[in-house]
Amino acid sequence: MATGIDDLNNLQLDVLKEIGNIGAGNAATALAKLLNRKVDMDVPRAKILGFTEVSEVLGGAELPVVGILLKVSGDLTGNIMFILQHKAASMLVNMLMCRPLDELHDFTEMDISALKEIGNILAGSYLSALSSLTNLTIMPSVPDLAIDMAGAILSVPAIEFGKVGDTVLYIETEFSEGFEKVVGDFFLVPDYDTYDVLLKALGVVG
Amino acid sequence: MDNLIKVGMADLQSSRHPCIITTLGLGSCVGIALYDPYKKVAGLAHVMLPSSQQARNNTNIAKFADTAIVKLVEDMISLGATRSQLVAKLAGGAQMFSFNDTSEMLRIGARNVSASKEALNLLGIPIISEDTGGNYGRTIEIHSETGKLMVKTIGHGLKEI
Repeated sequence: MATGIDDLNNLQLDVLKEIGNIGAGNAATALAKLLNRKVDMDVPRAKILGFTEVSEVLGGAELPVVGILLKVSGDLTGNIMFILQHKAASMLVNMLMCRPLDELHDFTEMDISALKEIGNILAGSYLSALSSLTNLTIMPSVPDLAIDMAGAILSVPAIEFGKVGDTVLYIETEFSEGFEKVVGDFFLVPDYDTYDVLLKALGVVG
Repeated sequence: MDNLIKVGMADLQSSRHPCIITTLGLGSCVGIALYDPYKKVAGLAHVMLPSSQQARNNTNIAKFADTAIVKLVEDMISLGATRSQLVAKLAGGAQMFSFNDTSEMLRIGARNVSASKEALNLLGIPIISEDTGGNYGRTIEIHSETGKLMVKTIGHGLKEI
């Protein structure tokens, strides 16, 4: 019997949440290096939500967001997704490109490429934290990016979670640089037969 | 103002006229709108997965195309709709990310669409229009007055199907 989010006990959930915290902390450090600025991070919040609430997590199902998806292979297989509000993504790109922060415009090819790289670095540092905690080999693919309604982007991880249960586990992180806040959400979606691999590696098989 | 009813992910709702039933941000999920034009009963399901047969946990019947459609038809009949008069419209089933492979996860949109069609065929409900596939999200709403289905997108226009 494969394990899904609904079957996890409190200890296992706490461990998964803590991994999220460590992973997101690593990602914040990576972001600070990339932007060459001091980046603060609030304590990430790991949340478990039912499907009906999921599409509301970023402020509404129709809100435009940027989703960056990487496939994960190795001992642990699945997907990792990083989602940002469109406005936050635009601010990150502006920081990287040394443009005024509040400048809002359509993303150019160069901007998209920069966002993919941000996703790559954030997801990569998240996964390397997970890898060193578990001693599992975890390799991310090249990132793919989509800009669309939050509900549509979130349906991708939600469907994967849907195969084993009725809830979604995600990590909400808030990065801030000076007065500017960037809220992003991480979804780590292990394939349903590798949840057990992850929990076993962490020593919390129920 | 018509009565606006929201349908979440893995959810289904139906109502008599007057109403507008909507679901926001369909990605790889499929929205199945059913309508009885004579009794003016409308229904909408937002399904995430093709089949309850392949799932390990299939207690949530609104999550799967095969079981959600059957339930939606039952609900609409109990509101006065006639089964033989029901017509269907489909939207959604996009592929949001375009990795160069054909893994199961990425083809889920297309599989949801074909499972929905199969379930409707089994029940003998004709599909009169659809706006499926592509790589973009859709918000849809069905109007109980005429059965028209509005499809809104970001960057791909607004249309009526």
